[in-house]
Amino acid sequence: MLVIKDLHASINGKEILKGINLNVKPGEVHAIMGPNGAGKSTMSNVLVGHPKYVVTKGSVTFNGKNLLDMAPEVRSHEGLFLSFQYPVEIPGVSMVNFMRSAINEQRKYHNLEPLAAGKFLKLMREKRAFVEMDSKLSNRAVNEGFSGGEKKRNEIFQMAMLEPTLAILDETDSGLDIDALRIVADGVNKLKAPDRSAIVITHYQRLLDYIKPDIIHVLYDGRIVKTAGPELALELEEKGYDWIKEELGE
Amino acid sequence: MNIEQQYIDLFEEQYDALCHNSTELMNAPRKEAMAHFEKQGIPKKGVERYRYTRLDDVLKVDYGVNMQCLLPKFNPYKEFECDAKGLGTDLHFLVNGVYYDKKPSDAEGVYVGSLKKFAAEHPERLRPYYNRLAAAQKDSMAEFNTAFVQDGLLLFVPRNTKVEDTIQLINILHSNVDMIIFRRILVVIEQGAEAKLLLCDHVTQQQRYFSSQVIEVFVGENAHLDIYDLEETHNLTARVNHVYVEQEGNSNVVINGTTLHNGLTRNDIYVDMIGQGANVELSGMAIADKEQHVDNHTFVRHKVPNCTSHELFKYVLDDVAVGAYSGRVLVERDAQKSYSEQSSKNLCLNSKAHMYTQPQLEIYADDVKCSHGATVGQLDEDALFYMMQRGIPKTEARMLLMFAFVSDVIDQIRIPSLQERLHHLTEQRFRGELDQCAGCALCQK
Repeated sequence: MLVIKDLHASINGKEILKGINLNVKPGEVHAIMGPNGAGKSTMSNVLVGHPKYVVTKGSVTFNGKNLLDMAPEVRSHEGLFLSFQYPVEIPGVSMVNFMRSAINEQRKYHNLEPLAAGKFLKLMREKRAFVEMDSKLSNRAVNEGFSGGEKKRNEIFQMAMLEPTLAILDETDSGLDIDALRIVADGVNKLKAPDRSAIVITHYQRLLDYIKPDIIHVLYDGRIVKTAGPELALELEEKGYDWIKEELGE
Repeated sequence: MNIEQQYIDLFEEQYDALCHNSTELMNAPRKEAMAHFEKQGIPKKGVERYRYTRLDDVLKVDYGVNMQCLLPKFNPYKEFECDAKGLGTDLHFLVNGVYYDKKPSDAEGVYVGSLKKFAAEHPERLRPYYNRLAAAQKDSMAEFNTAFVQDGLLLFVPRNTKVEDTIQLINILHSNVDMIIFRRILVVIEQGAEAKLLLCDHVTQQQRYFSSQVIEVFVGENAHLDIYDLEETHNLTARVNHVYVEQEGNSNVVINGTTLHNGLTRNDIYVDMIGQGANVELSGMAIADKEQHVDNHTFVRHKVPNCTSHELFKYVLDDVAVGAYSGRVLVERDAQKSYSEQSSKNLCLNSKAHMYTQPQLEIYADDVKCSHGATVGQLDEDALFYMMQRGIPKTEARMLLMFAFVSDVIDQIRIPSLQERLHHLTEQRFRGELDQCAGCALCQK
């Protein structure tokens, strides 16, 4: 589904990703862990096409297509979704208008008619229940005045609406209390399907108790330095990252 | 020959024709107004109030004048359908500044119709009002209007009368040659009365127009008046619009202006609050691109205690458009417990668009609450990217952001159908689909 080969990327001339290789197959959940500044968020931003990051080398194919050639909105239409670490507040743009535009643009891309108003609102209701989101929130402007937890819940709500084939969750657990974490994780798990994959970026084992990964990678200094099964997360939780650095001889 | 001299000569040569096609009440102040105009001239460089708007260039054009008050061959009530029908308004037309006759309203004592006609029949009733506020300010461009204006609209609502339907005045500029148009609007809302007035400016042909408008508004105690002003002209139109408002105690006034399409626009709004408990809400939105120029100048005077004033102006500027806002609030010594807020927020979509904003407070009382603020910024790149990640293309995302930006100005409108209509027009404008007003038979000719 997603094949990353020797990906190098920089921001403001500074190289952050220094040769990432990753292969995500349909139905798999990958976790990416790593110390601060390793390049985890850079990797997710590069994948969704953030204009601030420049890819200097390497390739990314998504379902056989060259992902790096696509505009950000096309990547979205092709099934890529990023749950942002810091969701943006957009004053004045209502959740309803925002989601309607997003859904209908996606449908347009797939040569489908826009969703009728009634059907759209029904879909909103259904998916809201998914993440136990208050109907009041969906009547407000996008993320405006939302608490940290509400913002993250809203990300998962949008994911449920757009039904991506590959979701990247960038520190979706940060700033969440235990109840919110469970709700968000449940939301993610309910979206699991044989043809859908996820990349979960996190610092902590905690989220991985809820969202069970198949494979865990450690990203360090712009490279994936270790790949193993779920047991790796426990080891990291216990020992931190220093032993990996030592293994690397640093 | 300087520009002023052309008009001074025209005034002298055509004085008899001017007066002949108007009425005594409107003729009386002409000479004095012309003398003031002659003395002050067109605002020159260095005149602070006109700092951001130069009028000499647009007045250099050799305009024709509709001195004979001729009406066009078409009947606007038939030809000009525009969007008026859906709004359910009581519709009136001024074509090139001349009132196009309509059967007078049935409502008791309410008069909506030709200012010239009413002034000819009942000059004594308008004498306390006509040109009182305008003359007091001695603005040369308003004096210019007083010198040449021959007709316009009068809205007179007697004591304790509520006019249900919104009164809509459509100003049509229609000419085969470049033309200067003068019109006057006089609004008298007596004690306890209520009315809503919608003004729409349209042009038909690709001529240069100079449109001079003076509105004088008298709002009595406990009276309510809303004025909505929508300009949808074209790049060759220059408009200078003076609005003078006098508010008595506990009166409530809303003035909301929208510049959707224009060439050069200068709106001057003066509000005098002379009775305690008066409230005024001024708001304005401008969407300008290419070489369009929009300047809103406001001056609110809190003369007595316990009055409130609110101002909200938002501009979206693209290409090499220029926007200006200067808002002055004066709180006089006795005006304790005044409340005033001013907000000017602006988007410059590229580095060549210019915005000048100048909120000002001048306070002589010591127990007041006044605030002002101004921002000039760009569209939020992070918000744009966030929307793109959700599949919304950049152009559409920009549209949503711009639309969101101005929507709170539109929300100041207290007529739901008009609010909806403006949301729609604004969206069309941002999408670039609004080169002509839709549905109007005249535009399509």
